[in-house]
Amino acid sequence: MRITEHPILGESNKGRLVTFYFDGKPLEGYETEPIAMALRAAGVMVLRHTHKEKAPRGIFCAIGRCTDCVMVVDGKANVRTCVTPLVAGMTVQTQYGVGAKK
Amino acid sequence: MKRYDVIVVGAGPAGLSAAIEAAKRGLRVIVFDENARPGGQLFKQIHKFFGSKEHKAKIRGFKIGEDLLKEAQTAGVEVVLNAVVLGLYLDKEVVVSHGDEVTHYKGDAIIVATGASENMITFDGWTLPGVIGAGAAQTMMNLHSIRPGKKVLMLGTGNVGLVVSYQLLQAGCEVVALVDAAAKIGGYGVHAAKLARCGVPFYLSHTIIKAHGQDCVTGVTIGEVDSKWQVIPGSEKDFEVDTICLAVGLSPMSQLLKMAGCEMEENPAKGGYVPIGNSYGETSIPGIFVAGDVSGIEEASSAMIEGRIAGVAAAARLGFIDKAELTEKTWELEQALLALRAGMFSPENKGREVIHTEEGYDVSQSLLTRGYLTNDEVLTYPGVTAAQGIHAVIECSQNIPCNPCQDACPKKCITIGEKITSLPVVNSDAQCSGCGLCVAACSGQSIFLVKEDEEVGTAMVTIPYEFYPLPEKGCQGMALDRSGKEICAAEIIEIKNVPAFDKTSLLTMKVPFNMAMKARFFKQVQEV
Repeated sequence: MRITEHPILGESNKGRLVTFYFDGKPLEGYETEPIAMALRAAGVMVLRHTHKEKAPRGIFCAIGRCTDCVMVVDGKANVRTCVTPLVAGMTVQTQYGVGAKK
Repeated sequence: MKRYDVIVVGAGPAGLSAAIEAAKRGLRVIVFDENARPGGQLFKQIHKFFGSKEHKAKIRGFKIGEDLLKEAQTAGVEVVLNAVVLGLYLDKEVVVSHGDEVTHYKGDAIIVATGASENMITFDGWTLPGVIGAGAAQTMMNLHSIRPGKKVLMLGTGNVGLVVSYQLLQAGCEVVALVDAAAKIGGYGVHAAKLARCGVPFYLSHTIIKAHGQDCVTGVTIGEVDSKWQVIPGSEKDFEVDTICLAVGLSPMSQLLKMAGCEMEENPAKGGYVPIGNSYGETSIPGIFVAGDVSGIEEASSAMIEGRIAGVAAAARLGFIDKAELTEKTWELEQALLALRAGMFSPENKGREVIHTEEGYDVSQSLLTRGYLTNDEVLTYPGVTAAQGIHAVIECSQNIPCNPCQDACPKKCITIGEKITSLPVVNSDAQCSGCGLCVAACSGQSIFLVKEDEEVGTAMVTIPYEFYPLPEKGCQGMALDRSGKEICAAEIIEIKNVPAFDKTSLLTMKVPFNMAMKARFFKQVQEV
């Protein structure tokens, strides 16, 4: 899903590739890119499930407004992953309702 | 409590422009923005802008953003990022959440430039992962170099839907269809034509019935709507897609102004709930100004001018400049704004059907419903002439505010005149050198060079091309017509890409003589 060369923007230069953990599984992403982008590049579509309907949600607005992409990041719930930069070693968990799966 | 002469909310095109004008006149200015980067949506705009030189036409949006940031820095504007303005209270008190702190600020003037948020539309399955806003698609591909999906269906044919669809193609995605419940394409015809000639179909008077999939989108069903917006049974069409993109308009983010007690109105022509302001953008509360989309949905070019007007007016309000300077400077800016607000797509023409151009030419119904001009229609416009030798063919048929082609031609072949919404006229007595500057300068990519050689039975057609991979010289492929249909074999005989073209490559293809006025795109044939 990553665009390596773009006709207008040229070669993408995203810096350092780092490892982070998604639901316990190691994945790679670029340091400081939004967490949701690293997950999207790794093929992860579902970021959380709603509390009542248990319905899946993913990236929707990508600018921190809609809160559809909130996940549990380093133990903290409701983190907007589309505007939160990726840090090496981060643990990211799918959110169920308002927290991680118990 | 920290005090400033001017507090600006929002570091997008309007807010930065306002801050620059105020700071240049000696005011102490601070700008708050909730995002991690300044520039608002400008850095996601990779197409060349419309307008004239004074509006920075033919410059790509992200470059305009870079220039604006430099200008702000030079002017001494202080920008605080990751700072959310929580409230705007009596006596111009502003409460800002930044990091773990909430801080009170007070400004003698406030300029609110918070922009807009995307509208959404609901349908069965609309909450599935894979249904995204058009803005999200732009953010993903143009800021973060991520393809939103492999196969995309776009809902909405306003300029956002059209421009983002083209950007999706540039990012290497397939756009399976553009869908709109309206009967006519809402955005510029030239933007639609760029998609149609790549083979992207338009489904007007159609809406989304259902998005399919369990955990994420795997397909979509659309259907035709009747005059009462009800789906006509039996008109359903299915597409296999992994992404559905919504471009169904924007709404002003005017909550802070309402909170401050500004007089507000529901104004459909401005896109929703907006403050009532004067020509300087000053609201019913003296010293509180608005600029950009928050005061009425337009686009970045007009937002920047509105911002500058508000910045100058704030300086006058606080006594930093006199009335004469205010009048002189804002008159100039207002003229620039009026030029952008003219033509077929002007705010007062919103929702109105325009049948003839200002010059009296028929507006193409094919362009409005299918996204392309027919072979017969194209010959009727003043930019299309049948000259001997190489010449420009300008397929520009709507009055939109744009004139870079006129400035681009060193041989003075192209005339638009004083009024920048006029259709370009190709002067048949001027001598085209075939330099291609007009082709690359046209923000709507609607200029082609044509050279017909009847004796040999061939024609050379030069087209603007902004895709990867670039074909090589000698590459054999198919020429496509304006509707995206393959019409004949074509060979690439020249590829030109100089810095003055700003990333638009010019491909010259050789086609049979009778295809000169039909071939408008080139498709590489995959080698087996």
